[in-house]
Parts: sequence; C-alpha cells; structure tokens
Amino acid sequence: MSRSGYVAMLDLGAGVVLVCAVVTLWRRSLAAIIRVLALQGVALGGVALVLGLRQHDGALVVVSFVVVAEKGAAIPAVLMRVVPRGPTSRELSPLVNVPASLVAAGALTLLAFAVSGPVVALVPTATGRLVPLGLATVLIGVLAMAIRKKAVSQIVGLLLVDNGIALVAFLATGGFPLVVELGASLDVLLVVVVLRVLGSEIRSRYGVLDLDELQELHD
Amino acid sequence: MTAPPDVAGAVLVAGAQILVVGVGGPLLLGLMRKTRSRLEGRVGPPVRQPLLDVRKLFAKQRIRPQCGSWLFAAGPIVLISTSVMVAGTAPLLTTRPALGQSTDFFGVVFVLLLGSVFLALAALDTGTPFGGMGASRATTIGALAEPALLVAVLAFSIPAHTSNLPALVRDGLSNPQVIASPGRILALAAFVVVVLAESGRLPVDNPSTHLELTMIHEAMVLEHSGPDLALVTVGESMRLALLLGLLVNLSVPWGIATASGMASLVVGAVALAAKVVLAGIAIATFEVFTAKLRLFRLPELLAGAFVLALLGVVTALVAR
Repeated sequence: MSRSGYVAMLDLGAGVVLVCAVVTLWRRSLAAIIRVLALQGVALGGVALVLGLRQHDGALVVVSFVVVAEKGAAIPAVLMRVVPRGPTSRELSPLVNVPASLVAAGALTLLAFAVSGPVVALVPTATGRLVPLGLATVLIGVLAMAIRKKAVSQIVGLLLVDNGIALVAFLATGGFPLVVELGASLDVLLVVVVLRVLGSEIRSRYGVLDLDELQELHD
Repeated sequence: MTAPPDVAGAVLVAGAQILVVGVGGPLLLGLMRKTRSRLEGRVGPPVRQPLLDVRKLFAKQRIRPQCGSWLFAAGPIVLISTSVMVAGTAPLLTTRPALGQSTDFFGVVFVLLLGSVFLALAALDTGTPFGGMGASRATTIGALAEPALLVAVLAFSIPAHTSNLPALVRDGLSNPQVIASPGRILALAAFVVVVLAESGRLPVDNPSTHLELTMIHEAMVLEHSGPDLALVTVGESMRLALLLGLLVNLSVPWGIATASGMASLVVGAVALAAKVVLAGIAIATFEVFTAKLRLFRLPELLAGAFVLALLGVVTALVAR
C-alpha cells in the first residue's frame, strides 16, 4: 500500500466513525440508529486493520477482526432485538430538538479540535492528527446520552463513547495489547447484554422503553 | 494570463455556455418530468414541453397587478439576469471561461441568491396572501440552506487553497484523489441537499403541486403571467441546470474542455449534457420514491446538511 493511499484510508475510516456519530443524532428511528452504529463499528475495525497491516502487527489485525465481529455485528444484533416494531421505536421527543443537537455536535467537534492540541503533539506518528475525530466522537456520545430519552438511544450513546475511546487508542498508541482489548470488548458486550435484559424488563412492566417513566415512584 | 485578450473567443465561449444552459435548462426540466411520469406508469408530456410552454407564454399579453410597484417587474428580470451572468462565467463547458477567470464560488452563491431574494420581494410586493406565504417559506428555507452552502464551499476551497471556481475544477482534474477525500465527499453531500432545497425539488418542495397550502415556489410566482412567467420559468430552470452543472463538474470533472478551440468546446458540451442528464434522471428517480417532508422537519434536514459541511471543513483541515 502506498503512503498516500494508507493515509487516505485512515482519513476515510476516521471520518466515517465521526459522521456515523453525527448521524445517530440526526435520525429518529431506533432501527436506523442501530444500523448506523454497526457501520461505525465496521469503520473502526477498518481503521485497526489498516494500522495493523501497515505496522505488520499481527495482534492488531486480530483485534480488528474482533472489533468488526463485536461492534459491527454482535452488539447491533443484540440491540435490534430490544427495538419493538411500530411507531414506538422512534425517538420522538428528545430533550433538545434535532437541529439544535446537530449544531451542538458541530460545536463539540470544534471543541475537540481546540482542546486536543497537546495530545496530538504527544503522538509521534502521522496518525496523531486524526485523534480529534475520536475525541469528538466521545463528546457526541456523551451528548447523545444526555439528551435522549429512550433506553436504546442512551445505550447507543455509551457505545459511541466506547468507539471514540477505541479510535483514539488505535490512532495514538497503535491499539491496546490484545488481552486488554479482548477484556474491554467482553466488558462492553456484557454491559449491552445486561442493559438489553434490563430494557426488556422495563418494557414488559411499563409497556414503553422511555426512561422518563422511571423518574418517580409507582406502586 | 499574459496572452493577448481574445475578445471574439471569449464572447463565443460565454455565448455557447449561455445558449447551452438556456436551452438545456428547460429541456432538463422536461426530462425530469418525463422520467417521473415513465416511472409512475404514465406517458407524460414530451421532453421539449417546457420550451413550448415558454414560447407560448412569450406570445401572451403581459398582465401586471395595478397595485404592484417596480419591484414586481424587477423580480423576473433580476432572476434571469443573475442566471445568465453565472451561466456566462462559470466553468461549465471549459475550465478556462474567458470571461470568468476570477469567478469565485462564494460570488456565484451570492449572485444566485440575489435572484431568489428579488423573486421573494416581487411576491411580497403585490400583497396577496399566497405570495407572502410563499415568500416567507422560501426565505426561511433559503436562510437555513445558505449557511450550509457557504460552509460546503469553504470545505471545497480548503484543499485547493482557492475559492476560484475554474481553479477548483482544474484542481479536481489534476489531482483526482482530492475528489475522493472524505472532506470533499461530505461537502458534496451537503451541496446535494442544498441544491435540492434551493431548486425546490422533493423532499423540500413538490415542483408539480398546485395545492395552496403546501406549495412554496409556485405560491411565489402565482401573480406572474405571460412573458414575466416565461422569464421566471427559464430563470429557475437555468438555475437548476447551473447548480447541477457545477455539482457534476466538481465531482466528476472529466470531459470538460481544457484547451480552447471549437472541437473541445463541443466535446465539453456533450460531456456536460451527459453528466447533467444522468444527475437529473437520478434526482427524478429519487423523487418518485420519496415524499415531501413536513415544513417543520425541514430545519432538521438543512441543519444536517450544515453539520455535514462543517465536518467536511474539519476533516479537510485535518487532512491538510
């Protein structure tokens, strides 16, 4: 792979991760949001694969396949099972309306660029200049968790944060050691499964998956 | 730039571009209607129907409301003049339009906006409720679409270090990897949304509706008749053709004439026509499968376009 091709692939992968984060704020349908999350997982795995091939790092290549299998397939499949069919599977009234949250996402991206200068300076390789994209994904994930009401969209926000941290780790340090990465992946998968069980429990008891229903005590 | 000015050549190129856009715009409109009809299982009017309509309208008597001021008369004239001006100077058939060495992307945006502003003013001028309603809606959409468009233009200009339109197209020809860069793709996506909004296509406005409560653009031009309406129709269709022409020349510049001379100009015209026809058919096909968005959901669409353009700027700055 030529050098400019390698850089272009990394640019594309990191760009797709960030755009997917923004699109989760844009779309209302929960099924569409989960599909976007799956695409983001695949893009993240692609970034790891390109880095692994470039640095001849076998462990990173293995990690990239784990990432694609987990974040691109397993987690979205688990989440899809929670989403009911019909009109209730839409984020109808987020706390902040969609245009305002999109503008906020743009502002958070600029903030990520403004504050990540010292981190970029620490990274010796050329991949460091993409670190702000990962940081922006983390910030947008926190925003999604803060303004969304449905349990599924809040889980998606958490996963956005996780993907953003993973992207920063890949770009800044060439990825965690294999064992750490596997442990973190299993943890995230476990969290999603637990939340999925909790979500089904909430829905079977209240009929909706809206966390605002849980703010006061009921008999 | 030191070559002696070739006045005849410059006029020839500009004239050819204006002719191609002026005749091609209505034909493009006809082609898009024909595509929609065919996909919906109807025969549809012939492709040259908009041209026939324009000829008919030009032969009709001009009727203007008595209460209208000079603004009402100025609306169609300013619209057609801005379209003709951009058609003469933009890099459509050749990368070196002799009259447009300094054609700036920001400038083109503002000149085209001038036409829309005057059309809205003309609609407000007579004081009819529909005109005011259409003008208010069109201005709202324009106010939301313009920031997205300007930021997208910024994203286009960053890799090439210039916002000069001919230079941007030449840059795309000489470095094809610039076209596939993430920043450029994001800016292009935002540009497509803005083109749909600005030219009043679905999902923003239904171009074939005449239902009072939903129409946006048609409500604005309700009071115009005869030659005035013909000018509005030609001006609007030229604008659509111009925006699509710029879009295809920025995204797939191949085929555009890089040298002067009659032969390359003809090749450029054929390439432009082929690319714009494909883009028009794609938009018409998309329109068959989509419904008009609620007016209150439009800010979401256009804010999305704005953020896409902003991310385009950010990634273009990163990739620099």
